[in-house]
Amino acid sequence: MRLDATDRALIAETQAGLPLVPAPFAEVAERLGLSEDEVIRRMGAMRAAGVIRRIAAAPNHYALGLGFNGMTVWDVADERAEELGAQVGALDFVSHCYLRPRALPHWPYNLFAMVHGTSRAEVDEKRATIRALLGPASAADEMLLSRRILKKTGLRLARKE
Amino acid sequence: MDIDALDRAILNRLHEDLPLVPRPFAAVAAELGTDEAELLARLARLRAGGIITRFGPFFDAEALGGAFCLCAMAVPPERFEEVMTRVNAHPEVAHNYERDHSLNMWFVLATETREEIDAVADRIEEETGLDVFRFPKLREFFIGFRVAA
Repeated sequence: MRLDATDRALIAETQAGLPLVPAPFAEVAERLGLSEDEVIRRMGAMRAAGVIRRIAAAPNHYALGLGFNGMTVWDVADERAEELGAQVGALDFVSHCYLRPRALPHWPYNLFAMVHGTSRAEVDEKRATIRALLGPASAADEMLLSRRILKKTGLRLARKE
Repeated sequence: MDIDALDRAILNRLHEDLPLVPRPFAAVAAELGTDEAELLARLARLRAGGIITRFGPFFDAEALGGAFCLCAMAVPPERFEEVMTRVNAHPEVAHNYERDHSLNMWFVLATETREEIDAVADRIEEETGLDVFRFPKLREFFIGFRVAA
C-alpha cells in the first residue's frame, strides 16, 4: 500500500493513541481538517493492507501483576514450523509468537513464544503446556526469564514523506 | 489499582480490534452489556492507572517503511554495565532486557530501513568487541493473549 501525506498525518495524529471520547474518529478528523468518513475510510484501508494491525489496548503486564516474563524458545523442524507456530500462537496465555532464524551453532531455536505470569511456578507451568503441545516435534527448548528491563522506549515510527 | 470482572472483560475485548464505525465504544459496550459512558470512564481509569499503556492503532512499522530486529549478545558478567551503557546509547535500541542465559542481553533495534539494522548491529560489535546475534522476525503468529477473566 502506498501511503500519501494524509495517511501520514493520520498516523502521526493517532500514534500516541485515540481520544477516549464517544466519536474518536470525528475528533481526529476535526484536528486534521478531514471528514469523519474519510478518517474511517483511510483507517479501514490501512487496516486491510496490514499497515494498521489492529485498533486496541496495549496492556501493561507489570501493572496486571504479570511481572514474570519468560521467553520460551523451541527447535522445531522447519517444515512444520508454520503449523506448530500457529498452534502455539493461538494459546490464550502466549502474548507474542514468532518464527525467527536460528544462529547455529550457538542457537538452535527458531520458534519464540512469550509467556507471562505472577510467579516463577506459573511461567514454568505455561512452558510445560507448550512442551506438551509440541511433544517430540520440538527437539530442544529453553526458557529465558527476564531479570530486569535495561531500556524501554516507545516505538518510533518512520516519518518519511 | 483493583480491577473487577467488567474491567477484565473490557481488557479482553479491547485487546482485539475496535470496530471502525462512528461510535465504536457504544458498539463494544453493547457487546459487553454495558453502556458507552461506563466503558469510556473505565477505559480512562485503566489508562490513568497504568493497566493499559495506550489505546489506539497498532501500526506495523515495517509496512510504514521501518525495520525491526531482535538481537542478542553474550556479555561477560564483569562487562555487563559497560556494554549495557554502550548498547543503550544507540537511539535505535528500543527495548533491552537482561535475561537468564549465556545470551544475557536481548534488545530490539528499530530503524527506518533494513540496511540500517545491520549497520547499527555492526557498530555495536565494533564498539564492544562482542558478537551481536540477529533474529529478525520471519513470521508472526496470531496473538491469542487474554487476561484471566
